[in-house]
Amino acid sequence: MKARVFVTLKPSVFDPQGQTIADALQSMGYVGIGEVRQGKYFELDVDSSSADQARLLAAEVADKLLANPVIESYRVEIE
Amino acid sequence: MKFSIVVFPGSNCDHDAYHAAKHVLGHDAEFRWHKETSLNGADVVVLPGGFSHGDYLRTGAIARFSPIMGAVAEFAAAGGPVLGICNGFQILCEAGLLPGAMLRNRDLKFHCEHVGVRIEQIDTPFTSLAAKGQVLRIPIAHGEGNYFADAKVIADLEASRRIIFRYCDPRGQITEDANPNGSLNNIAGICSAGRNVVGLMPHPERACEPVLGSADGLVLFESVLSEVAAHGSVRTAAS
Repeated sequence: MKARVFVTLKPSVFDPQGQTIADALQSMGYVGIGEVRQGKYFELDVDSSSADQARLLAAEVADKLLANPVIESYRVEIE
Repeated sequence: MKFSIVVFPGSNCDHDAYHAAKHVLGHDAEFRWHKETSLNGADVVVLPGGFSHGDYLRTGAIARFSPIMGAVAEFAAAGGPVLGICNGFQILCEAGLLPGAMLRNRDLKFHCEHVGVRIEQIDTPFTSLAAKGQVLRIPIAHGEGNYFADAKVIADLEASRRIIFRYCDPRGQITEDANPNGSLNNIAGICSAGRNVVGLMPHPERACEPVLGSADGLVLFESVLSEVAAHGSVRTAAS
């Protein structure tokens, strides 16, 4: 089973990389794109037949390692 | 007096800390590989700068799970002096031994330069011989030193006088221009609630001899030597 974990900076945290990308898009002429937030994406191969169990496990490792709760939040998708 | 300097894969200021302790100050120093589980008689523990585990995932995020970190946490909980420099500070934050986290520098540049650092509090084992308000000129070398914590944590740090170092101009003024990375409240270093765990982004160990351009960093090491001499060593099962 595959778990996908998306980690992003919390809305209150300034993202200088996202800002730089947004500035680049502006200079490329994409005036219709406002804020850009950069994040991280993980694919975990989880040895489980239960989606709920895989989700719990992915959330556990996201809490412990993949995301830093001081600055980041995450969401999990199971496939 | 013995300094134990933890070496993670990717540490690169471990030898600078060793040199300062052993050759400049003339005390015992020993490298402790991160897979060890004991500190082997440490009086002072240093988590050095570098790029542990290549800074993969987040700075310090993987190093915090190294076996030695159990012994470091135990030593810290017992009141032993722990100094985290640069990547060492990042590891202490990831490990929860200090609050907050480091973001990418606000201008996205790696800063490698001497900066002004004002000593805000002298009731820590690493600043006890300094004068309050003393300005050090010591180097920084980091891409992710932009200290962040939520507003409540920052207010708590201010109220409990746990901000130990701030970036300042040469006259000791805390200004926006003197802030190299965007750290909240110009924070360059903080201490734990027990005040014995200190982390800072600047590198005092690289500024311990005039030939290196500055000997201002010496006061941190002289302070901890004086504190341990006065109050004795902390011993835990793994220290």
